[in-house]
Amino acid sequence: MAHDGHRHDHGEGSELPPIALRVKALESLLVEKGYVDPKALDVLIDTYEAKIGPRNGARVVAKAWTDAAFADWLKRDATAAIASLGYTGRQGEHMVALFNTPDTHNMVVCTLCSCYPWPVLGLPPVWYKSMPYRSRAVIEPREVLREFGLSVPEDREVRVWDSTAEVRYLVIPERPEGTEGLSEEQLAAIVTRNAMIGTGVVTA
Amino acid sequence: MKLADSARLPKDADGPVFDEPWEAQAFALAVQLNEAGVFGWSEWAETLGAELKAHPLRPYYESWLAALERLVEAKGVISEAERLARVDAWDRAAKATPHGQPIELSRG
Repeated sequence: MAHDGHRHDHGEGSELPPIALRVKALESLLVEKGYVDPKALDVLIDTYEAKIGPRNGARVVAKAWTDAAFADWLKRDATAAIASLGYTGRQGEHMVALFNTPDTHNMVVCTLCSCYPWPVLGLPPVWYKSMPYRSRAVIEPREVLREFGLSVPEDREVRVWDSTAEVRYLVIPERPEGTEGLSEEQLAAIVTRNAMIGTGVVTA
Repeated sequence: MKLADSARLPKDADGPVFDEPWEAQAFALAVQLNEAGVFGWSEWAETLGAELKAHPLRPYYESWLAALERLVEAKGVISEAERLARVDAWDRAAKATPHGQPIELSRG
């Protein structure tokens, strides 16, 4: 496909790929019938791009690292603790926080499709939705983690959590050594999305 | 309308979350219909899951779109005939539109 999404190889007119035509057909019919507001559609895409993203999740993690009472609340009722920071909404209604420890490394997958905690992590990355990740994360998690560059010691258990339409998980990675002097804000900046899915760890 | 208004596309540290603009559109449509109460999220997850399972090699967002088409039809929002006629109308409109101009349905 050309860089601007059109093909330019058919005479004078433009040709859109069949899949794009199908989306345009759906969208225009849904707008006409009043099910969809085109402005809201654009806002939605912008929201996921700019306002929501892994940064929200990173703030949750940084607060858990620096505020023991918050960490405890997160363990008991992640949905409420996360909502207290203002991160609520679609696909984040029933959150569970998974704390990594020296004994346990947690990783999250959705084997059925791509259930993902949008309010804290934004849109799912392409690999999260891929068939290889969805099928292999459960069968050979350590091998998958190695491909992400993460070697989990043999004496550390790897727990794989399968998201559903009802429950979404947020991994709380371990706070790296040497970060004692960092502020909550500075800590949030080093928390990566992959660390909160469990396919990465946080390094100082 | 330029299909690839790429500056607006969701991106993250690992690159674009969507490979092509239509993927983001299909994504946002599903989110809006869910919000509008046309279908529940469990229903959506089941329909998408079935599409993904039936076509494991098909690109992810094609299954997403197929699930969306199936659900709006099942919910009586858009019939298959209506949908296919509209796809055809957009195709004719696109082909009748000179390069560099916005594609409008009325051109079909």
